[in-house]
Amino acid sequence: MSLFGKLKEKLVKTQQAFGDSIRRVLSSHPRIDEDLYAELEEALLTADVGVQTAEDILQALRDKVRRASAMSDDNAANVRALLGEVIAEMMAPAARENGLNLSARPAVILVVGVNGSGKTTTIAKLARKFQQDGRRVLLAAGDTFRAAASEQLSMWGDRLGLPVISQGAGADPAAVAFDALQAAKARGVDLLIIDTAGRLHNKANLMQELSKIGRVLKKLDADAPHEVLLVLDANTGQNMVQQARVFQDISGVTGLVVAKLDGTAKGGAVISVCHELNLPVRFIGLGEKMDDLDEFDPEAFARVLLGEPEARA
Amino acid sequence: MFDQLTQGFENFFRHLRGHGKLTEDNIRESLREVRRILLEADVNFKVVKQFIQNVQEKALGQEVLRSITPGQLVIKIIHDELVALLGEGVSRLDLSSLPPVPVMVVGLQGSGKTTFIAKLGLHLRRKGKFPLLVAGDVYRPAAIDQLQQLGRQLDLPVWAPGVQDPVDICRDGMAEARRTGRDVVLLDTAGRLHIDEPMMQELARIREALKPPEILYVADGMAGQDAVRAAQEFQQRLDFSGIVLTKLDGDAKGGAALSIRAVTGKPIRFIGTGEKTDALEEFHPDRMANRILGMGDIVSLVEKAQEAVDQDTAEKLAQKLARQEFTLEDFLEQLRQLKKMGPLDQLIGMIPGMGKLKNLQVDEKDMKRTEAIICSMTPEERRKPNLINGSRRKRIAMGSGTRVQDVNQLLNQFDQIKGMMRRMGKMKGRSGMPFPFP
Repeated sequence: MSLFGKLKEKLVKTQQAFGDSIRRVLSSHPRIDEDLYAELEEALLTADVGVQTAEDILQALRDKVRRASAMSDDNAANVRALLGEVIAEMMAPAARENGLNLSARPAVILVVGVNGSGKTTTIAKLARKFQQDGRRVLLAAGDTFRAAASEQLSMWGDRLGLPVISQGAGADPAAVAFDALQAAKARGVDLLIIDTAGRLHNKANLMQELSKIGRVLKKLDADAPHEVLLVLDANTGQNMVQQARVFQDISGVTGLVVAKLDGTAKGGAVISVCHELNLPVRFIGLGEKMDDLDEFDPEAFARVLLGEPEARA
Repeated sequence: MFDQLTQGFENFFRHLRGHGKLTEDNIRESLREVRRILLEADVNFKVVKQFIQNVQEKALGQEVLRSITPGQLVIKIIHDELVALLGEGVSRLDLSSLPPVPVMVVGLQGSGKTTFIAKLGLHLRRKGKFPLLVAGDVYRPAAIDQLQQLGRQLDLPVWAPGVQDPVDICRDGMAEARRTGRDVVLLDTAGRLHIDEPMMQELARIREALKPPEILYVADGMAGQDAVRAAQEFQQRLDFSGIVLTKLDGDAKGGAALSIRAVTGKPIRFIGTGEKTDALEEFHPDRMANRILGMGDIVSLVEKAQEAVDQDTAEKLAQKLARQEFTLEDFLEQLRQLKKMGPLDQLIGMIPGMGKLKNLQVDEKDMKRTEAIICSMTPEERRKPNLINGSRRKRIAMGSGTRVQDVNQLLNQFDQIKGMMRRMGKMKGRSGMPFPFP
């Protein structure tokens, strides 16, 4: 199945919710007028896009509509296509040309995020993906705080047949990371993925702990961690931007993973994150199964979000 | 954590302050700002719409009390409306049925159910209950381990027979509680998406089997617009009895609380404010309203002002201002009225946007000294400060136990205030705050 097809299948709920409301708006407004923009704004806000970004999107849309000299009779379809372009453009500068920077051996991915965003599950999915690509993967249980967090990662390790480096509960996560990188080098694995404890971004001490993990890794490899992935919960509202901003400041986030996009949440706040922080979305989590992790394509995302007609797919 | 929102609100406040009367025009503009604030706080779009409509209806034709500005009045209406929406007072668990009483805890993945169960267990034990925790999440790897570890940390018993049908686990958990004399049974369930049909059916089966008087829906305090849809789905399937909002120790504004409460009509029972097991609080609607609006406790301030300032005095002052006859005696009167409202630093904390200044040391002694200096003046001096020459200054300083510099400083300050009030007096049709400072 093509990526777009799969994305579309998985995002069907999202599409129904958001795409339908857009479609409804457009079909009930044959003319492009202020009412149309007001209702588009509502659809965007309901998708968690956020007030400021929604305004920016609509402003860009207005400009595009003005520039599109000859609008055909089918205004609705045109506006939808233009809106899709605007959203894709907003996320596009963030979609960096190159993929993940994992040429080093071992390459290190640090996975961070707030509590309950889906870090550990995402790590399992990532590990599975790279494993299928033929890489040798090692996992590190850097969440030494939450009860049974390292057990959770170990269970995933067992299921995937991957080794997991862990120390007891309450161990220094930086020490776990250091040990894990040493082990990764000694064992000659290709990729080390380090889990971290969930932390709210306004907890200064916990954020300091994250930067310590980074510092300690650099003692073994000046370029590590090669990627810092921030896992965001698609259900999160406007706080998502603030989360991303602080994590970016402190741990140098290099990419985003949007988890739990399989519900009815539209994840519109991600547009704001990309737009404001210029961060690429690397993967999206579309389900609870291990294979439910897909690489992100802004255009496909925007198309599906807006309920693109089958013909284009 | 209030900073961002307070900033927005402060601008809005400044905007409102310029207006003398509540008219449809200035309300509409203000409400647009409120709409923005609420949307940015993640309150659901439809809820915001309804809310704005209600406030508009209430605000139009409101009489503006003398001691507050129209802007403050609108804010109070908004605040009261928020509190009304969020519910009256603290809502407690009903555990009065025949023990052991099952309490079922449900919610989306990652909302914080398991952590909440541990916190609730601790909370109930402190209230003299004997809770049993039941590990009913057999799907997430290590969820059972997590509950067992938390139980060990808190010294609470955990019923965890392993991976079985969750309905059986819960039923057996009840039997275990009966056998061991536990009076509350807290049932952990697997996190699930509200569109996951088999999982929702499983929850319905547990509910059917145990008929728990309390089902708590745990929601992530950072959730966005979709919080409403998930909550509605859970409500339809399970008709839960209360809401728990977690992760409110972050800097999210928690507008989801308002949305979920508005669409389900269920009370918010608890809020989670940290990862430590004792970070569980009962829910206070008024505090939540303040948090969502990101304002200081302006309502208390307004109420205090209404209590403390007697209307006649304010009336007289207004007249004096108009005739530009503000004297040191009036100044003293003002000082005493302000003192009636309570400690200064507390008052400052209530003013929106002044939160940052909380560390500012407000010297209560300064106020006392000022009072002493004025009291050491003769009535004539108070009315005509120009009389106060060098030797009078020395006498006043001695009388009040201060230095001549202090007296000079006060007189300068008074001149400035007088100038300020003259300018304010020139603005017509305004019933501003009667106190010229702090």
